Parts: sequence; structure tokens; C-alpha cells
Amino acid sequence: MSLMQAIKARDASLLPSRRDEAWRYSDLRAAIREIPGASPEASRPTGPPPLVDVEADHEILVLNGRAEAKGFLAVAGAPITLRLRIVSDAEHTLHQSALTLDLEPGADLTLIETYEGQGSAYVSGFSLAISLGAGARLERIVLVDEPADAISISRSEIELQPGARLAQTVVCSGARLQRHETEVRHPGGGADVRLDGLYLLDGKRHADLTTVLAHTAPDGTTRQLTKGLAKDQARGVFQGRILVEEGADRTDARMGHHALLLNDGAEIDAKPELEIYADEVSCAHGNTVGSLDDAALFYMRSRGLPEAEARALLMQAFVGEVVDRIEHDGARAAVQAWVARRLEALA
Amino acid sequence: MLSIENLHVSIGDKEIIKGLSLQVPAGEVHAVMGPNGAGKSTLSYTLAGRAGYEVTEGMATLDGEDLLALEPNERAAKGVFLSFQYPLEIPGVPTLTFIRAALNAQRKARGEGEVSAPAFLKLAREAAGKLKIDFDMLKRPLNVGFSGGEKKRMEILQMAMLSPRLLILDETDSGLDIDALRIVSEGVNAMRSPDRSMLVITHYQRLLDYIKPDRVHVLAGGRIVASGGPELALELEAKGYDQYAKAAA
Repeated sequence: MSLMQAIKARDASLLPSRRDEAWRYSDLRAAIREIPGASPEASRPTGPPPLVDVEADHEILVLNGRAEAKGFLAVAGAPITLRLRIVSDAEHTLHQSALTLDLEPGADLTLIETYEGQGSAYVSGFSLAISLGAGARLERIVLVDEPADAISISRSEIELQPGARLAQTVVCSGARLQRHETEVRHPGGGADVRLDGLYLLDGKRHADLTTVLAHTAPDGTTRQLTKGLAKDQARGVFQGRILVEEGADRTDARMGHHALLLNDGAEIDAKPELEIYADEVSCAHGNTVGSLDDAALFYMRSRGLPEAEARALLMQAFVGEVVDRIEHDGARAAVQAWVARRLEALA
Repeated sequence: MLSIENLHVSIGDKEIIKGLSLQVPAGEVHAVMGPNGAGKSTLSYTLAGRAGYEVTEGMATLDGEDLLALEPNERAAKGVFLSFQYPLEIPGVPTLTFIRAALNAQRKARGEGEVSAPAFLKLAREAAGKLKIDFDMLKRPLNVGFSGGEKKRMEILQMAMLSPRLLILDETDSGLDIDALRIVSEGVNAMRSPDRSMLVITHYQRLLDYIKPDRVHVLAGGRIVASGGPELALELEAKGYDQYAKAAA
């Protein structure tokens, strides 16, 4: 069952629903009663792109499912920055597209991937197939900023060769149903993966960060940290699965998910999973869901900070750990600025 | 001057403070001593404005201004500073960032301009030096992983930098060894000034060897049951609180 199959067959009953384990918390079938008509062509956005402070060497635009290129090849040599803008500008219609991204052995790429939405109630599907050659390095920074009533499904499959390094940070503000899914084949052999996420939700927004990572051979490391804030009736979903296959000995993997509920009506669903079939493995996961500490808030206020400012400072500190792990200086600063604006709405 | 008149405070259905009156003129240091459960911490939290401490009767004013109607941060901007018995840990917020945000929030509330970064750093270096605090420590998240003594020093540091008109020290001696007690007390004594009132809340007389009070009050059963000069603290140390438990009952 997938969005693509359902679109092809124009049959909403083929959409994944809460009866499918992987979609238990994000019922796409319930969100899409009928497959909508195709989105019209969209004009190029006139405004500046999100994360505007990041200078890019190349840009690929995807406008309502129409991609300017089928893919991108990063060659070895000097570091390259690619801006990939997935732009939706539609009302009640559907669009989807797919792209490939290949990194030659030794290539060094920073991918700034932004999902920008205008209009309302559209359905957007996007898939990305990424391969990293031996020793290649990819830092992928994803920002998903869409209207509250949009439905947006993004899926990427990433394959690494030994010695490659993948660092990913997905930052999102949710939508009616927003899912960002990453599947990684980890080859071990000194390859290193960081998979981070951050969701900042209010209103009735729903964000689902799902990752499936398989260690397939010995000596691989994975670090994963996802954090989230949910306010009003928002719902945050984290599904993280790390599979250490037979023979993937000496794998070293850490997974953490930590979220704060900012009021009673909000909801967090977390499903961290570690499945281990190898030896001498060092794996750990931690998962916490709490709320802002009232005693700490009173302490801060007693020193003169107004309540909203005290809350914002605590929230900033909480999510800062994820943002600080972004390696690209310009991207980190730009994400910091975006997060600060978003936190004003949540304070 | 802090003036408390016939204060009654309840937590839930339980009345803890039952008609407390107290005046602390500017320039004076007053100690409030009392047995466990007398209402000492309730008094300090009520003055600072903690939620859940309901004032059912009476008033508290600072220089004639009603404190009880104000939010905790508004009280801070008016010059109220409570040094916590157990200072909270603020994960992820560097100490300097926190103090600067607090100072500027207070200044903004008073219609004053923000302190520039260089001026703030100069102020912080001076204050830290006096309290023998390693400046690098101020780059760490406030109180996270700090020892009891370090946390109390951070309280005094904040007090020195925020320069309040009313200091409330809630069991500041708890958890301090003799050396830390001396450093903290020197920090407090350095803040004595003709326009500043101090309320020192403590169970033990020990702290008052270092911070000499002008007046000592005994709090028992939610009321001030005796007041006197510094000699009253010594008498309490010798005879205990038993004699007042009866008076309060």
C-alpha cells in the first residue's frame, strides 16, 4: 500500500491506514477520502527561499510535482551546496514527483531541502533516492514549512558505501498530515550516520518523523536524536527503528527521542525500536515525554523574566541541542532563526 | 521598606500563615526563625508570588506598593529577590544568558534601556571575582550539575547583578559547609545598604553569626510570636523552639 499506488489506480482505498503498522499513528486513508485531481502547473515562487542565509552552488526547483531535473550528481572535489526546493502552490489538488541524488566516491555535498507550501488542502508526495559512494559525505538539512491543512508525504531511501558519512536533520512544523520518512541501508565499514529530527507543532498540526535504519555489515555507527514540542491539539509522531542484521557486529547505535507537551490537549506517539541479531553490539535508546517544568518557570519569573519569555527560553534550550548538531554554519544559523520565529508561536 | 499586615496564606484548604505582621525598614536586616512547618518557606514563596499560595487576607507592600497583586516577574522588576533554598537547574540555558535576559527584562519593565553586552560582561566579571566564581562556570547551563555551595553562590551572584531592594534569603545556609557559608555571607553582607531591606529566613542560628541581624522574629504556627534583638537568636539556640510551640497552639 502506498500513496503512489493509490494515485496510479486513483483508488483511495489503497492508501495506508492505521491498520498498517507503519502508519498506525498517521492514518492517510482517513485524511484522504478521495484521490484529488492533479495540480495545475505553478509559476516560479517570487519570494526568497526559506533558509535564505544559505548560499547554494546549484538549485533544483520542483513546482507542483514538476521537477526541473530528474536528478543530481555530486562529483568528488570541492564541497558543493545544493538547494532543493519542493514548492506546492495548489488548492485541493494533488501532485507528486521523484528525484535521484548520487554522490560520487569522495564527494562532499550539503543538501538544503525545503518544502514550501502555498494555497491550501493540497496533497503533495515526494520521493528521493540517494546514494553515497565510498568516503562521500552528505549533510542533508530538511525544512518542512507548509499550510496547516496540507497533506504532505515525503520519503527517502538512502544507500551508503563503506566509509561514507550521512548527517541528516529534519525540521518541521506539521500540517494536517505531514510525514517525513527516511530509510537507510548502513554498510558499516566505518560509515557513520546521524539522523536527527525536530518537530514544532501547534493548532491541529500533525507531524510524523519515521526512520528505518538497517546496519547490514560490521563496524558502523549511528547517532539519532529527535526532539519535539506539541501545543494545543497538535500531534507529534516519532517512529524510529534500528535493525542490526546478522553479521553487523560491533555496531554502535544510539537513538533518542524527547518531547514536551505544552498543554493537555496535545499528543505525542513514540515508537523507538532496536532489533539486534549481531554480536558485540553497543546499542541504546532513550525516550521521554514530559512538560515544561513549573518550578523552573517560577524560578525564572522570580528573577524578572515574563512568563512567555521564560517558556521560550526553556523551549529554545530544549530544542537547541538538535539545531546545534547541524554542521553547516550558514544552515545552522538559518535554522536557528526559523526555530526562534516558530517558538514565538508556541510560547 | 517591606510591610506585611495580618497576612493569611493557604495552600489548598490548609491555612499555613495565620495573621502575620512584620516590618523591615530599608537599611535593616531582619531574621525570621522558626521550627520546621512554621510557615517560613510559605512566607518567602508568597512574597515572591508562587502559584498555589493563596492570600486570603492581609497585605504586603514594598515602599507602599502592593506586592500581592503583581506577577512574580513584576515583583522582581520592583526589586524583590528571593534566594531559593533549593535553586532550580535550568538545562540548556547558560548562566550568563539567563542573568542577562533577567536583567534586561527587569530593566525593560522599569522603562530602562538594555545593558550592552560589554557592560554586562564587565559587571559579571566583577561580581564573579568577588564571589570567587570561576568565570568559565558562567558559560555552563545555570545550576546544572553544580554542587549545593556553587548553586548558593550563583544565587548571590544573581542578587549582586540584579541589585534588588528587598532580599529574601530562604534557608541560605542549608547544604553549605563552613567555607561556602563564609563566602556566601560575605556576598550578602556586601549588599547591605541604606536603601535595601533583607529578610533572612533560617532554622538555625549559625547563619546569623555571619549575617548579623538588626532584629530577630520567631515564626511559629503561622504567626510572629516573639521579636527582639540579635540576642533572641542565641536564646533560641540555647532553649529551642518548644516554648513558642505552646504560644502558637
